[in-house]
Amino acid sequence: METYYKPEHLTKFEEIGKEASGLAEKFFDYYNAVFAEGELTEREKSLIALAVAHTVQCPYCIDAFTQACLEKGSNLAEMTEAVHVVTAIRGGASLVHGIQMRSVAEKLSM
Amino acid sequence: MNCEQISPENKSVLGKDSLTVEPFRLTLAKHGLTLERQRTATLQINVGLLCNQRCRHCHFSAGPDRRESMRSETVNEVIAYAQGSHFDAIDITGGAPELNPNLVTLIEKLSPLAPRIMLRSNLTAFNGATREHLMDLLKEHRVAVVASFPSFNESQADSQRGGGVFQESISTLKKLNAMGYGQDGSRLELDLVSNPTGAFLPSSQAQTETRFHQVLEQKWGISFNNLFNFANVPLGRFRQWLLQSGNLEKYIEKLASSFNPCAVEGLMCRTLVSVSWDGYLYDCDFNLAKGLFMGGRKIHISEMSGPPEPGSPIAVADHCYTCTAGAGFT
Repeated sequence: METYYKPEHLTKFEEIGKEASGLAEKFFDYYNAVFAEGELTEREKSLIALAVAHTVQCPYCIDAFTQACLEKGSNLAEMTEAVHVVTAIRGGASLVHGIQMRSVAEKLSM
Repeated sequence: MNCEQISPENKSVLGKDSLTVEPFRLTLAKHGLTLERQRTATLQINVGLLCNQRCRHCHFSAGPDRRESMRSETVNEVIAYAQGSHFDAIDITGGAPELNPNLVTLIEKLSPLAPRIMLRSNLTAFNGATREHLMDLLKEHRVAVVASFPSFNESQADSQRGGGVFQESISTLKKLNAMGYGQDGSRLELDLVSNPTGAFLPSSQAQTETRFHQVLEQKWGISFNNLFNFANVPLGRFRQWLLQSGNLEKYIEKLASSFNPCAVEGLMCRTLVSVSWDGYLYDCDFNLAKGLFMGGRKIHISEMSGPPEPGSPIAVADHCYTCTAGAGFT
């Protein structure tokens, strides 16, 4: 079935450098530096990336970082908890706006 | 790029022509590398494929129904070979070596012959009234225990190795610790081997070892010496699982694309000779599983008067990409 998202595009990511190689090079250098071990381990960074991938709902990122998390030694229980963290923050972000709603409504209401 | 099919049977099973990787020997040549023996320091003995477990990542398809088992005649030939060869290390593996009735003889006769002797254990084959004495025998002869322990997550471990294996493994590790194994200053070495629980590559060995030390100590009070992180080899039951789960093509491509020329220098096949349950020699346990004889020649251990010569060629095939992926498999 024809879809907008194609899994093989993930492996062609570097082709984005074809028209703007300097910018792509800067991006990929930065990207690789970000995921190298620093104060956070590579495993922790992959879990964060997995969570963000769910937040931005990028299927390429979910595919890539599910694999990365497994390869960095995370297990499915930890990865599932990371997705619940996303859900809590996204849900909380909606809910906390309810205070704005209540404030506007209270101002307008008798 | 000069590519070839991995094997015709997989091409037909997958029903597509895209399962291609460059042959391993060509990849070596492209990097100007040759795979030859250095001094052979380790004798690995595979005593047979009988196992009480049926792990899904097993490159041998070992299990309770396998009949391959080293007989006493071959055991004596192996001992005679070790006596004349002066190996630095002797590594006993299987299947589950604990199930071979000749294991006691092997340990008693081989342990004086090398500075280091090790037994690969699945941690559950020690159990049972007739085998618990084996742990005392290992301690008496200072045999290092190299234990399979893929994950400290119970569901992941059991999904690879079988229901209930995780809890039984924890219990055996505690027993080994109580005997002094894995404890500082005891000179009783307990190492863990962690294989990925699926079609993905292992994490960094150093990072994994640190984390396993922390978690095993914190959750179960278990200590160990070293952890080795090995990629799964696409042979035997693991290959079947890769095929059935639709992961074979990507897994093989991942191994090949992760080829690290720097890993070739330290490959275990350069310093190890593997002998099968029926006494034939191979460059490694994976070539044994594949049926690739040492240097491509069928030689029985009784025909050998010492270790293979340095400079001898090593038989290779596409499964060798497993040992050169990333940091390598040494």
